[in-house]
Amino acid sequence: MESTTPSPPSSPEAPKPRPVSRWPDRIFVGFVGIVGAGVLALALAIVAILVYSARSSFNRFGLAFLWGSTWNPQTEVFGVLPFVAGTLITSAIALLVAVPLALGSAIFITTQAPRFLRGPVGTAIELLAAVPSVIYGLWGIYVIHPLMESTVEPWLKQYLGWTGLFSGPAIGLDVLTAGLILAVMIVPTICAVSRDTLLAVPESQREAALSLGATSWETTRVSMLPYARSGIVGGVILGLGRALGETMAVTMVIGNIDKVPTSLLSPGQTIASLIANELLSSISSLQVAAILECGLVLLAISLLVNVAARVLVWRVSGGRVVGVGVL
Amino acid sequence: MEGTKLKVDRLTAYYGDNPAIREISLDFPERRVTAIIGPSGCGKSTFIRCLNRMHETGAHTRVEGKVLLDGEDIYDDDPVRVRRRIGMVFQRPNPFVTMSIYDNVSVALRFNGRHPREYVDQVVIRSLQQAALWDEVSDRVDAPATSLSGGQQQRLCIARALAAGPEVLLMDEPCSALDPLATSKIEELIGQLKQDYTVVIVTHNMQQAARVADFTAFIYLGGLVEFGPTEQLFERPKERLTEQYITGRFG
Amino acid sequence: MKFDHHARRKLFSHAIAVVTGLCVIAVLYPLFSIIYTAVIKGGAVLFQAGFLTDVPPNACSIVACKTVGIGPDIEGTFILVGLAACIAIPVGVLAAIFATEYRTRGFGRAISFTADVLTGAPSIIMGAFIFGYFVLYDPTIVYSAITGALALSAIMIPIITRTAEEALRTVPEATREAALALGISKWKATLRITLITALPGVATGALLAVMRAAGEAAPLLFTALGSNLPFQGFNQPTAALPLLIYNFALSPYSNQEKVAWGATLFLLVAILIANVATRYMIHRLSRRYAGM
Repeated sequence: MESTTPSPPSSPEAPKPRPVSRWPDRIFVGFVGIVGAGVLALALAIVAILVYSARSSFNRFGLAFLWGSTWNPQTEVFGVLPFVAGTLITSAIALLVAVPLALGSAIFITTQAPRFLRGPVGTAIELLAAVPSVIYGLWGIYVIHPLMESTVEPWLKQYLGWTGLFSGPAIGLDVLTAGLILAVMIVPTICAVSRDTLLAVPESQREAALSLGATSWETTRVSMLPYARSGIVGGVILGLGRALGETMAVTMVIGNIDKVPTSLLSPGQTIASLIANELLSSISSLQVAAILECGLVLLAISLLVNVAARVLVWRVSGGRVVGVGVL
Repeated sequence: MEGTKLKVDRLTAYYGDNPAIREISLDFPERRVTAIIGPSGCGKSTFIRCLNRMHETGAHTRVEGKVLLDGEDIYDDDPVRVRRRIGMVFQRPNPFVTMSIYDNVSVALRFNGRHPREYVDQVVIRSLQQAALWDEVSDRVDAPATSLSGGQQQRLCIARALAAGPEVLLMDEPCSALDPLATSKIEELIGQLKQDYTVVIVTHNMQQAARVADFTAFIYLGGLVEFGPTEQLFERPKERLTEQYITGRFG
Repeated sequence: MKFDHHARRKLFSHAIAVVTGLCVIAVLYPLFSIIYTAVIKGGAVLFQAGFLTDVPPNACSIVACKTVGIGPDIEGTFILVGLAACIAIPVGVLAAIFATEYRTRGFGRAISFTADVLTGAPSIIMGAFIFGYFVLYDPTIVYSAITGALALSAIMIPIITRTAEEALRTVPEATREAALALGISKWKATLRITLITALPGVATGALLAVMRAAGEAAPLLFTALGSNLPFQGFNQPTAALPLLIYNFALSPYSNQEKVAWGATLFLLVAILIANVATRYMIHRLSRRYAGM
């Protein structure tokens, strides 16, 4: 191998090395730090602006706002209870319906389905998560609502009316319908997180159970579910967090009545749908302040729920962002 | 020609409150290969990382003592400038995965200053030759660096370090992730490198030290036990500890 | 006896398999139902000439409408999302860089945590926040493209920060060390090597955030407000597709309902294409980094 004599590093042909300055590094750190601080400032600003804008409502109603069940723009009496009730009822319905379906699907995908199906089904679920809220709402009005009004709700009234949960006319625009649409919307979140959590269970666990003669379901139940439990719970809480804040789809099918719902077939209002409906059509500045105070309540609930969810999901997945596609 | 290129004066390095190396003093002769041997965890890697101020990039680290390059303490200088004069090759090959072979080798030139294209080409070819890689990649310098084998990637990292124009080359167990054939290629090129560079190589393999190094330092539990010409250290060690180590009593 | 017990266990296991399979069908049904309904109800109007450029129809039931189109809404969505992305992507990525590359300060962890928590904040709250802010400080532009874009970027920033952070964390420490050991200054190493190495993940996050913003209506209800006219200026109310769908969904007039479905179909197809294109691009980029 003919090799040319390498010239020493400081040979005359090398251009003089430029002096190194510390300033670009310092400026960069400072700049990036300021931007980072901006993110913190954003969070603080959201709380600050809402608190400030709601001050007249704070001053007028104090703590009683939290359990006030009257919302009357005419007499200027406001309370958040109808909307907290609406939010909690619709979210509860959503969870009751979504969790079994999502968990069942996740189990099927990870244990039963042939491997080649995993990709397409996973993609379908991520597509479901990507569908905007308004489109779910539109579909809710034109597909689910007629179904509820003509078939499902009369059936429920007839066979389950004795429970007292289904009193009132069956118009189909009520908390039940809203809860069902919400369920459809949060299933992808819960399913994706559950699936990722189940997939993270080491194969050795499954193999151990199978080699002892367990059936497929027993294997799942004994070796995978306990392992994945906190991750799944985290996913459920994430789904709950999403349900609490959903606006468009809910506001289109919930009936928009500012009263505490007395049955599952009552129309109602969540905090999110209240804001969507009445912020711009308020008849007094006190109403605006009251609406924004409701927003603060919603923010507080959502943040608490999401912090809880993240802690659980993080712990299981070792800090990885699980289910990114369904944020 | 035996001047001292790099002089270490009572160097102590901490992780948090724990000193990983204690008051090490050592002179590295110019244009010679010096090996640093010792059992795992004795502080060899920490020591070599202090020589190009990489140790301090970790969290909660501290360094005391001096390291003089041509008489000037590198801890008084800008670390970025120090690292352009003292280069490093790591234990596992770490080429930049987003770049081609050419871009990897030329990265220091391109990022640290502005040079005409012809100059950069020259330096790239020269560095790849010095790293004994040119013949194997001359027809595909624009291929991704990740298309090379492990041994080739490590030689690429050597070329990359050389292209930055250092005076000293630090090698932290450069062959430990490689197969014997790749290892012997690298050992061969180390022998060539000392014509132009002062080389410091950390190795856990005593036979490797015996093969490539002119001088050897034995470090144990964070302290320097013995330093001298390789042949003398291996055949007539002055310290009992050294003798025990090289005869395999512990390690 | 033993045989019976074992057979019963197996039967139960099979029953569970069937039940969970039915769950999958139930879960996927809405996707197909939505697509099917959109195609049936909106397909015809989508292909009418001028649908993508004309102005939306006013309510008209018996009299033939002059125009049937969603042009201003497509335009508005592009402008709002584009502006929001110009703000949110740099802010999110730079904040993520600070949180990962300069992490030893507790500040970095606070940013991480805050961004994470903010991803769960309801989007309508972001709209209410921007609305409240501008009512206080500059009421003249409360209903404008600027406020709409700001509300969207408030939603996008936490998402981009979190996903960029994750992507940056996947870059091995060895890469950063190699760059520093070559005497490359930290800021250059971070931007031109570490960030580039993390690019597939960062780009995915950014595109996810963009697609999410394109579908949002809640934050725009009291910021961009919506309009039936083509873009009038950044300080004017601006149309957006999700707003159009919302407004026309509740309309009793069948021509507006059709337009809502046409817009729905368009939006769904756009999101689908964007989704697939994104994955493909990221896939290609990742493969190249792995040397294939």
